[in-house]
Amino acid sequence: MYNFDVVTPKTVADAVAALGEEDAQALGGGQTLIPTLKQRLASPSKLVSLTGIDEIKGIRTDDSGVLCIGGGTSHSTIAGEGSAYPALAALAGNIGDPAVRNRGTIGGSLANNDPSACYPAAALASGATIVTNSREIAADDFFQGMFTTALDDAEIITEIRFPVPEKANYQKFEQPASRFSLVGVFLAKYADGVRVAVTGASNDGVFRWSEAETALSSNFSVDALDGLSASSDDMIADMHGSAEYRAHLIGVLTKRAVAAAG
Amino acid sequence: MPKDHGIGASSKRREDVRFLTGTGNYTDDINARGQAYVHFLRSDVAHGRITNIDTAAASEMPGVVRIFTGADFEGIGSIPCGWQVTDRFGEVMHEPPHPVLAQGKVRHVGDPIAAIVADSLAEARDAAEAIELDIEELPAVVNMKDALKDGAPKVHDDLPGNLCYDWGFVEENREAVDKAIKEAAHVTTLELVNNRLVANPMEPRVALGEYNRANDESTLYTTSQNPHVIRLLMGAFVLGIPEHKLRVVAPDVGGGFGTKIFHYAEEAFCTFAARQLARPVKWTSTRSEAFMSDAHGRDHVTKIELALDKDNNFVALRTDTLANMGAYLSTFAPSVPTWLHGTLMAGNYKTPLIYVNVRAVFTNTVPVDAYRGAGRPEATYQLERVVDKAARELGVDPIALRRQNFITEFPYQTPVAVEYDTGDYPATMDKLEEIADIAGFAARRKESEAKGRLRGLGVNCYIEACGIAPSNLVGQLGARAGLYESATVRVNATGSISVMTGSHSHGQGHETAFPQVVAEMLGIPEDQIDIVHGDTARTPMGMGTYGSRSLAVGGSAMVRATEKVINKAKKIASHLMEASEADIELKDGQFTVAGTDKSVAWGDVTLAAYVPHNYPLEDIEPGLEETAFYDPSNFTYPSGAYACEVELDPETGRVTIERFSAADDFGNVINPMIVSGQVHGGIAQGVGQALMEGCVYDENGQLLSASYMDYAMPRADDVPFYSVDHSCVTPCTHNPLGVKGCGEAGAIGSPPAVINAVVDAMQSGGHDVTHIDMPASPSRVWAAMNG
Ligand SMILES: Cc1cc2nc3c(=O)[nH]c(=O)nc-3n(C[C@H](O)[C@H](O)[C@H](O)COP(=O)(O)OP(=O)(O)OC[C@H]3O[C@@H](n4cnc5c(N)ncnc54)[C@H](O)[C@@H]3O)c2cc1C
Repeated sequence: MYNFDVVTPKTVADAVAALGEEDAQALGGGQTLIPTLKQRLASPSKLVSLTGIDEIKGIRTDDSGVLCIGGGTSHSTIAGEGSAYPALAALAGNIGDPAVRNRGTIGGSLANNDPSACYPAAALASGATIVTNSREIAADDFFQGMFTTALDDAEIITEIRFPVPEKANYQKFEQPASRFSLVGVFLAKYADGVRVAVTGASNDGVFRWSEAETALSSNFSVDALDGLSASSDDMIADMHGSAEYRAHLIGVLTKRAVAAAG
Repeated sequence: MPKDHGIGASSKRREDVRFLTGTGNYTDDINARGQAYVHFLRSDVAHGRITNIDTAAASEMPGVVRIFTGADFEGIGSIPCGWQVTDRFGEVMHEPPHPVLAQGKVRHVGDPIAAIVADSLAEARDAAEAIELDIEELPAVVNMKDALKDGAPKVHDDLPGNLCYDWGFVEENREAVDKAIKEAAHVTTLELVNNRLVANPMEPRVALGEYNRANDESTLYTTSQNPHVIRLLMGAFVLGIPEHKLRVVAPDVGGGFGTKIFHYAEEAFCTFAARQLARPVKWTSTRSEAFMSDAHGRDHVTKIELALDKDNNFVALRTDTLANMGAYLSTFAPSVPTWLHGTLMAGNYKTPLIYVNVRAVFTNTVPVDAYRGAGRPEATYQLERVVDKAARELGVDPIALRRQNFITEFPYQTPVAVEYDTGDYPATMDKLEEIADIAGFAARRKESEAKGRLRGLGVNCYIEACGIAPSNLVGQLGARAGLYESATVRVNATGSISVMTGSHSHGQGHETAFPQVVAEMLGIPEDQIDIVHGDTARTPMGMGTYGSRSLAVGGSAMVRATEKVINKAKKIASHLMEASEADIELKDGQFTVAGTDKSVAWGDVTLAAYVPHNYPLEDIEPGLEETAFYDPSNFTYPSGAYACEVELDPETGRVTIERFSAADDFGNVINPMIVSGQVHGGIAQGVGQALMEGCVYDENGQLLSASYMDYAMPRADDVPFYSVDHSCVTPCTHNPLGVKGCGEAGAIGSPPAVINAVVDAMQSGGHDVTHIDMPASPSRVWAAMNG
């Protein structure tokens, strides 16, 4: 680690002001950022901890039934109190270990947009809205490739709004070492159609598998996926699996998600 | 009724209280007044020439005490190798120098280039970034086959190639083996990789060097399995400090698995720098540093051929192995693929002709050395895989083929030099069939198939040679040390006992098991006995713990010393009771005179020894303390049979272990609970190797599996509840306890069982797959089935 200052503002406004300084960076649960700092791979002069801001924590359901989760809400809170959206709560409960879940936040995970992270698949498959201190961003516009998002500098995720689907399921096939998703498929069925988002697989980060969405929207059954296969172009290839293997897993996991969603 | 104390009792591990409540005293818990911290600037390229290194500006940085480079170590010794292998042409191996800090060239990612000593670690790291360093990158050799090609880049400029040695064993058998294979009714051939592993003990390495100007003494606190060996290697070969001026302390050590046997550059550096600066210097490895500086394990590429006659008897075995040494020779590296590997190739079978060829190769990778099992897992894996493959090719039951070829008469002289003293391989196989419920497998397979899963059963045997080793024998084989062990049994005036042992416990439970032996011999409570270990100032010269030797060799020394104590105590008792020494008996802590009701208690005798008022001073000295050194006359040969049952998800290739059973013959067992624990841990590591762990370099020598993000360690939910049994006992014939050693068996015996099971599962699904390399990760299994 290099030396840095830490501030712990109590409001989003103060946090945004603090982030206006050069080389300031937001600190959520620190489960990604702290290891990066320890490796000296980042050198912010000031960390703006979001942990003291109550207004971005917690879970509520709004009048139209949308599940609204504060950007600073921990994985364990979502796992424990997100029962309005069981597939999302289950996803959160299966991230990392208890320490990671108690510290890590959904806002931090989405802002980081790790290509193997779980929440991006949930947000994209749910057609969620990412709310920041300055605007609302549709999930379809938010994720812009590995570790890249629509966020501007000094922009803070304050809330994520999840329309609750009729049926949903997340299938995570773990990378053996990190236990992040080697491939993860989040499937959500709404009255107006089915959305399928895939994480872990693509060099471009989380993406929607549109062929499967079309097939499942007209016939929500495992059989509807027969003969469909995801292309291995642009899939990640590494020591844990080839591009072909990842493409293959997308098909397997999507079928399993349909079966599990019932 | 199971015993509740002494030999055979499952006494609770007393050391666990401090380990589990955070009161252990690990090396990093030790801080010396005024200590400085060292950070090593390490190479980030696999191979390169250092063209410029300028530390001037960095030396002016805040807090910097001094920056050392390779130039500061000119005239200082090279990190030594403890074993010299002679090749099949009678030439000694190539032994290139291994400087403490790189001189001229860097040879692997992680090779230390400069050492920055500063008041704080953060300041040392800051200064490291200010060092001006230019490295002209050279092409790297990573793959062993490439390294042996003509014109390959040379890891060491002065060596003719990258070959360390070409070893043949038994060289005289070479032609006979070739002939037998040519004429055999059936030959099964298998090419396989024994994957490179990173040991990953829970506690990373730490070194703290101290220097006392008043008496010119150096002290090194270090995470070592063998402090005396470090004192010898570092004192005599690197720094030139005589033993009486050098103390090495290895306090609580959080796991070693072999990787803490070796003498490392960081130890020599901290000891050296503390003398130069007259200030304590401490280094604590980060986990990232551990991946690129702890010696790795395994890394063999092998072709093995098993020849059988028309009745399926094994007639000859031939192996051809490339063994990776990495960039430098680590302490015992040359011995692992040779004497700890070739001598085991007979396994449990009466194969009359065996020839083992091993070429050891230098590459631009971290040095490779002993890792739990060291050579024996490599031997067992290839042998038990080829036997399994042969059974499948011949359409015979793998268990029956093994039974048919078992050695059944002991002692048995193998064609690969060693003589097995005892064993009963049919008995462990019978026990395995029982505890693994082999008969019920077919029904379990049906259940798995009903769920859409494939199920496989893999069985194998193993034999290992441990309790290393007879010093005169290993001396002939190239060891540059003796392999005896020592113990001092110090009886205190009130009867309590401190046993100073040269063995070292780093998780094995010696502090519990060793007292059980002494308590049994004397008939006093275990809690009257403590073990002292891990400090050259407190224990007699000992060789430390590895090769499952502690009880077999260190325990034997302790028995011998305790016998001496008993002999002297009987003399004292005979004086106190005015009886003939020959009539004195010791039982339950009481000395009695045979045929009388006279008795004196243990404590009366020990008190008399130290308060010798009524004492035969003319015949014996006061005091009650005895030392023994024990040099074994042979290796010990634990053996057993293992079975693994896996379920395989054909859609994803994911393999899960459903059942794992181990029937071991460890000879006599002192503490069954500890032995079970050792087997459990060993199996977890073997399962890790078979399914998960793989150290991966890219073609430029960059370490890709450099953290737990990519190096898959087994976790609790990756292994099943094991069924282990060690009730089959053929006691070792040549040590006083009849014990064989159990520390490595699990890691040796389990990988072939897992892979045999995976292959069985794939074949049961109609896939024509005869082998899969470790780790059998989901992607590899899927690729094998769909390839
Ligand atoms: C052992 C381990 C296992 C893990 N396993 C998984 C897994 O299986 N699946 C998975 O998805 N993740 C996993 N993670 C990652 C974990 O979920 C992290 O918590 C998460 O990625 C980052 O969240 P954080 O709150 O800790 O963010 P931080 O580490 O604090 O920050 C990450 C980045 O986000 C920015 N940031 C933080 N909060 C906000 C905000 N509200 N608005 C805008 N920017 C913000 C920071 O500036 C930084 O750039 C694992 C992590 C660990 C250590």
